[in-house]
Amino acid sequence: MLVYLIRRIAQAMLVIAVMATLVFFAVYAIGNPIDVLASPQADQIELAAISQRLGLDRPLWEQFGIFVWNALRGDLGTSFVYAEPAAKLILQRLPATFELAFTALAIAVFVGIPLGVYAGLNPDSLGGRSIMGGSILGFSLPNFWQGLMLILIFAVILGWFPAGGRGQTATVLGIESALFTLDGLKHLILPAMNLALFKMALVIRLARAGTREVALQDYVRFARAKGLSRSRIVGVHILKNILIPVVTILGLELGSMIAFAVVTETVFAYPGMGKLLIDSIGRLDRPIVVAYLMMTVVIFVVINLVVDIIYAAIDPRVRLSEVKG
Amino acid sequence: MTDATANATLSPPPPALDAGEALWKRHALNFLKSPAAVIGLAILVFMIVLAVAAPWLTPQNPYDLAQLDIMDGTLPPGSVNSTTGYTYWLGTDDQGRDMLSGIIYGLRISLSVGVIATLVALTIGTSLGVAAAYAGGRFDTILMRVVDLQLSFPGILVALVLLAAFGRGVDKVILSLVIVQWAYYARTVRGSALVERRREYIEAARCLALPRSRVIFRHLLPNCLPPLIVVATVQVAHAIALEATLSFLGVGVPVTEPSLGMLISKGYHYLLSGKYWIATFPGIALVIAIIAINLVGDRLRDVLNPRLSH
Amino acid sequence: MSHPVLEVKNLSVSFGSREGALTAVNDISFHVDRGEVLGLVGESGSGKSVTGLAILGLIDAPGRIGANSSIRLDGQELVGMPEHELRRLRGRKLAMIFQDPMTTLNPVLRIDTQMIEAVTAHENVSERAARARAREALQRVGIPSPDERLLAYPHQFSGGMRQRVAIAIALLHRPALLVADEPTTALDVTIQAQIISEVQELASQTGTAMVWVTHDLSVVAGLADRVAVMYAGRIVEQGSVVDVLERPLHPYAHGLIGSVPSRNKRGSPLAQIPGMTPSLGRLPPGCAFHPRCPRATDICRGEWPEATAYPGGRTARCYHPHLENEVAA
Repeated sequence: MLVYLIRRIAQAMLVIAVMATLVFFAVYAIGNPIDVLASPQADQIELAAISQRLGLDRPLWEQFGIFVWNALRGDLGTSFVYAEPAAKLILQRLPATFELAFTALAIAVFVGIPLGVYAGLNPDSLGGRSIMGGSILGFSLPNFWQGLMLILIFAVILGWFPAGGRGQTATVLGIESALFTLDGLKHLILPAMNLALFKMALVIRLARAGTREVALQDYVRFARAKGLSRSRIVGVHILKNILIPVVTILGLELGSMIAFAVVTETVFAYPGMGKLLIDSIGRLDRPIVVAYLMMTVVIFVVINLVVDIIYAAIDPRVRLSEVKG
Repeated sequence: MTDATANATLSPPPPALDAGEALWKRHALNFLKSPAAVIGLAILVFMIVLAVAAPWLTPQNPYDLAQLDIMDGTLPPGSVNSTTGYTYWLGTDDQGRDMLSGIIYGLRISLSVGVIATLVALTIGTSLGVAAAYAGGRFDTILMRVVDLQLSFPGILVALVLLAAFGRGVDKVILSLVIVQWAYYARTVRGSALVERRREYIEAARCLALPRSRVIFRHLLPNCLPPLIVVATVQVAHAIALEATLSFLGVGVPVTEPSLGMLISKGYHYLLSGKYWIATFPGIALVIAIIAINLVGDRLRDVLNPRLSH
Repeated sequence: MSHPVLEVKNLSVSFGSREGALTAVNDISFHVDRGEVLGLVGESGSGKSVTGLAILGLIDAPGRIGANSSIRLDGQELVGMPEHELRRLRGRKLAMIFQDPMTTLNPVLRIDTQMIEAVTAHENVSERAARARAREALQRVGIPSPDERLLAYPHQFSGGMRQRVAIAIALLHRPALLVADEPTTALDVTIQAQIISEVQELASQTGTAMVWVTHDLSVVAGLADRVAVMYAGRIVEQGSVVDVLERPLHPYAHGLIGSVPSRNKRGSPLAQIPGMTPSLGRLPPGCAFHPRCPRATDICRGEWPEATAYPGGRTARCYHPHLENEVAA
């Protein structure tokens, strides 16, 4: 297990290094980095300061070294608009985005798995067919438009939930989150549903296919022959087997949720890092775009790493083969 | 019981090349057996006809400013133009543009962006995939690492960052969609090319010392085609949705060439005041187009590659 | 003697499909007495495994049990019994082990989980007591260091060990009847022999009767008291092991026994049954065996022959049985 862990971490570092190099060359090698990283309104003194900080007067490999060194210290440039470190601005908005992504993930899992298992156990029933139809629709609805329709129906017409923004936050056990206030939850529910819908459709499909396959296995038949109750067979024997593919895919999809949060946050004017990215692209605040890119790469790599480790923890077969290998 | 299933899972022998025509005919007939797919195909053909013939079909050229009447701005569906007596069945946008005409023109841009991006990505991805499978070695390893790396990031994020660097424009949107998509094709083609390569007929063609290009184009590619067609169909739908999303986010097509996504984006600002039609109707057109393509794609998958379906 | 442990009467099982129902098991009757072992013999597709599943009530839609069918366990009717009552019998009075030990244990659950749940499904005991029972059961089937093995996952066991675990689970509650669906087919011959003798011993200790489903006549010869031979969903011959194996009446049983290599003299050609097992969808009219039968005549193409009783409690369904073998043992 330890060897496996070390190898996976080394792989993850390598990916980050490769991506950092790519970003560096994208910014530095194509065109003049001053154009990319300095505000169009900057005067000569500011330009000289930036040039000095980035070491633009030195050879390329040394610039790369400075870039890496700065990145390692958490210095990913300074926003023109806010005149604050880009990394700090993004980190400030990170909790809101994570709150949104994890709530959406929870909705996708806790609604999607039961529906998918039900559809898998009763594939020809009306309920099973409707669930599948719904999941096909969920795949076809573009995220942003589905969000607009949620706003139209639940905020404009029915008036049940606010149309956008993040609600009040409260601090519980040192964690500040909108999950702890009613207002915060009310603001969270529509964006979270919006972000969850596509993944829910995916979870339903995976859970349904998994259930159909697992339900035919000999060990399920044997479990029935042991006289176990249906709830135990479905809840333990079937569920534990389908969780492996679902968790793997979902873990990998957590990254794409953070990416799609860009869309949801824009639709719902939700102050997360995705909205910051879109605003920054619009305002040509490029240091934030570069910093966002670097940080998402790190987040993605960390997520993939964690998923692999969780995967090894739930599937005993993987654990064993990896130890052997 | 087991005998019967064993027989059913036996795959048919690989078809001979000269029987290709009959095979496609059989696939076509097979395709038509699913009512959902036929409806999807009908809708798709209808939408393509609409898009191609837009200038002759629409009651108004929505981008000829002379034809717009700003006084007719944001009229609800069913309103009548005061001077011409023309009915705006789907309402108008903020500039008094007929939504129905706007949607048909938008469809034109959305569909063509999706199709062009897919075709270009298909060509590039296929070439690289075949080359990787054929060359093997270091080229193959590096290319596949790049594919893996790229596919580990969501397409939307890659496209967003690229467009942030390129700026807006139809050509730039297509370029980013191509960059996002090529990897899917490269991976698909390489996979099936590696399988096909080991088949006897390729060995035979090589033993006959046929030129390499002939082996690739006449033998290898036609046999990699079925999975490619399936992937490409689904990717057209993805491309259209992605373009709409990017345009909605304000990094896609410019205002002068409004796709469906652009129209929805404009309607977004009017949504909260209850003017639902500007964002809703283009969205419905978009969803219908995507569902139609997905229905066709699902059926193609079942027909062309029974092993892939579940 | 009171009623038998298991009494199956006119059991039919069909599987509905769009082209019409296929009858996998067609009007079969047999019984198993207390402590007795019945060998259910046939080729694949003859309906023997479906029969085993039907006894446990494990036939799922689209499968259906025929209207006149009756399965009685200790006199209690199982056909039509509500699922929750049936569930209480399964594992407690009725147990089953399956063909492939590699797939009968859930790969993601530890052995202890899978054994303890089998105990607590039927008895209201503490987890501690259930664990002790599980440990004891593993020991009984000859698994060394059971405490350690309880914490293992199925993939850490060999095929023979897994089948032993499955047997331990099946016999946890000392069931009245154990249905064994070819449990040794997937194992090496040496392991096979060990397992058979262990099951035999355990079953005699617990007084468990068995229905042993197999296509392997040598297994039946060593294990069963009585044999029922199935062909195309019907029992074509039934009787004591000695009678059926030494003096078969039905031409199919005759052919089956003749095709076992060890029963032939060295050098003489191996007897074969010509042709192939018919598929259920395309059964020939009349006796389904007639196209392959050396003794078939016109009458065989008409109707299935009725089960006829012969001395020694044997029955056979044939118009032209090997009457020279009729003498009782």
